Amino acid sequence: MIHVFLPSQLDDYTAGRRELSLELASDSTLADVIAALEGRYAGLAFRVVDEHGRIRRHIAMFVGEVMVRDLSVPVAPNDRVQIVGALSGG
Amino acid sequence: MSKLRLLVGTRKGAWTISSDSQRSEWRIEGPAHLGAVVSHYVADPRKPGVQMMSVGSGHLGPSVFVSSDYGNSWQEAQTPPAFSVEPSGVERSVDHVFWLTPGHVSEPETWYAGTSPQGLFKSIDGGNTWQEVLGFNHHPDFFQWRGGDKDGTPDGPKLHSVIVDHSDKNHLLLGMSSGGIFETYDAGATWSALNSGVTMDFYPPKEDGSEYEFGHDPHCLIMHPVYANRLYHQNHCGLYALDRNTGKRWTRIGDNMPKDIGDIGFPIVVHPRDPDTIWVFPMDGSGQWPRTSPAGRPAVYCSRDGGASFVRQDKGFPAQQAWWTVKRQCMAVDGLDSLGVYLGTNNGQLWGSLNAGENWRSIAMDLPQIFSIEVEVTP
Repeated sequence: MIHVFLPSQLDDYTAGRRELSLELASDSTLADVIAALEGRYAGLAFRVVDEHGRIRRHIAMFVGEVMVRDLSVPVAPNDRVQIVGALSGG
Repeated sequence: MSKLRLLVGTRKGAWTISSDSQRSEWRIEGPAHLGAVVSHYVADPRKPGVQMMSVGSGHLGPSVFVSSDYGNSWQEAQTPPAFSVEPSGVERSVDHVFWLTPGHVSEPETWYAGTSPQGLFKSIDGGNTWQEVLGFNHHPDFFQWRGGDKDGTPDGPKLHSVIVDHSDKNHLLLGMSSGGIFETYDAGATWSALNSGVTMDFYPPKEDGSEYEFGHDPHCLIMHPVYANRLYHQNHCGLYALDRNTGKRWTRIGDNMPKDIGDIGFPIVVHPRDPDTIWVFPMDGSGQWPRTSPAGRPAVYCSRDGGASFVRQDKGFPAQQAWWTVKRQCMAVDGLDSLGVYLGTNNGQLWGSLNAGENWRSIAMDLPQIFSIEVEVTP
């Protein structure tokens, strides 16, 4: 299981759900997490990842405690993936 | 009695301000998409009740929402505007959808969108899915047209003023800040620049004395909704008119504005029944370009002779110490017999005149920064 934590900015897509667990293959990446989220919540992916697969500028993603900027980062069972609205000032 | 709605896009969501054709009482409803950046909120004149809204966010990527019930409920586009990889390998990303235009009356499901950074997109299913207009976005000269990011507006270079000629569905015009004005007569397959006569004082003069063909900074371009050969545009470098019945070059009608006011600004609107009558809202484009009302005294300027002369219209506005300004999508007219003219300010005020600009009254004073105003009139 991958444990995913979502920000308030995505409430309109998730009906306010902030946490969920995903059953993914053992060789999965962060891209697979985003794809799985899109499968559950249509439209979510494009709001956090641009048309070329780049994490949007004011979105931060963490695998464990490590902030990552690349969706090719592997995720392992029991990893915690957190998507947050970046602290972009103010 | 007809119903009038002002569709107001702001930095923090969208509001609808409605009245009847008497326009004596206004009711503010909203917000929709509170917290979202709504660059443009547009009614579909072909389908009563259909509205479209560009929705951005400080954090999230851009999207487009459609309503078929006068804004009571919204459906997100399944495939919002997004760039493909350029032929050169450049991977641009849409930051926000800046402009929305309904298509020709004969194509009721068609819409166009202009984005930042500059791109032109088309939907043929009522805004649910969007495709690039590749004849424009992938034109071999595109990156020469638009210049670099330094030539864009402070919050990103923009494609705006997408116009569909009511007399020819394949004739489109658009403006790029920066880049200039371009048009197509084959629905977007091929394009040509339409900037002859327009000043470009932010580049050095060409050594051979010729004009720049593109690279200009039109702020807002309009075509008269009946007389398609009459065009106007408010440019970074002045106010221009082009009557294609008589010429091919833009004329700087802003030379006829009072010299102490100047002819710099963003919005321009035209009387829907009189191609000679226009309104602009000048801003201070001197010195460091404060982009405020000149001298802190807001005023609309109206020409009733195609730009040969202008009259100041400021009755009802603050007489002094009012430093707001009006962005390019923030003036609109309602088409009623005693023409209503409306403007929204960068400090969240919405003003209206029910007599073609002669007198102004406030309609709303405490909205967020206004990014667009459009008028919807329904029976």
